[in-house]
Amino acid sequence: MLFEQILFFIAGFGAIAGALGVAILRNPFFSVLALVAHLIALAVLFLLLRADFLAAAQVVVYAGAVMVLYVFVVAYVGGSDSPLRPVEGGLGNAFGPLVALAVFVELSIAVVGSSLSGLGGRGPDVEAGFGSPGAIGDLLLTKFLLPFEAASFLLLLAAVGAVVLSRTRRGLEPLDTPQGTPD
Amino acid sequence: MDTSWFVVLSAFIFCVGAAGVMSRRSPLVVLLCLELMLNAGNLALVAFARMLGNEEGQIFALIVMVVAACEVVIGLGIIVGMFRRRLPIDVDKMTELRG
Repeated sequence: MLFEQILFFIAGFGAIAGALGVAILRNPFFSVLALVAHLIALAVLFLLLRADFLAAAQVVVYAGAVMVLYVFVVAYVGGSDSPLRPVEGGLGNAFGPLVALAVFVELSIAVVGSSLSGLGGRGPDVEAGFGSPGAIGDLLLTKFLLPFEAASFLLLLAAVGAVVLSRTRRGLEPLDTPQGTPD
Repeated sequence: MDTSWFVVLSAFIFCVGAAGVMSRRSPLVVLLCLELMLNAGNLALVAFARMLGNEEGQIFALIVMVVAACEVVIGLGIIVGMFRRRLPIDVDKMTELRG
């Protein structure tokens, strides 16, 4: 039990540090690296919550594949130093963080003051196979077959959309003119 | 650990992501902060799945990961398109998607 708490706090601080790094660091490349650290910390939290398959998928698919895509695009577009919103008006500068802080306070009050009795405990004891690939696959192919198929269709649409977005259209302006007329 | 710890942590990550979306200018970083918000939602879903003792919340989290991957692909495609057309990589100056 003590081990679980220590692991929670380590992973939780890792996740918070990664999230703050994503939002604050100026170089987009370092932001991507911070997000990778954040995702791995989240995978540890998933393991604590007995979501084994999800933790593995998080590391392999998210921290592995999706982040490689990000690194490629950052390298392509160039890691231009994009500052935080420039100092035009003092109020406009602090607007986003202030709203987010307000939302966090509100959510925390809602969670702490909630009358959900389950929030105070760590959940029922579960059998050994909880969250294993077998159990998840069983649910995906029986009870959640329709969302599963919809997700596969959505992935197909995204792949087609990426091809459409990134092809060089014939008949359009050559790529080195600043801004051509749309066809 | 109590479920409420996980839920409060997820709320905090969500708010960091929201602050980033509202205050950053590079669309790449805005996308990264969107990922943060989606992951915070995932953490809450998995925490509640553990609280209830069944795996259905984990299925939800898996579908959210699929949606996030699609969003990344399309968003990065748009950013690459902006770059190739020599448009400024800045969400403040990007006011239309036409052409």
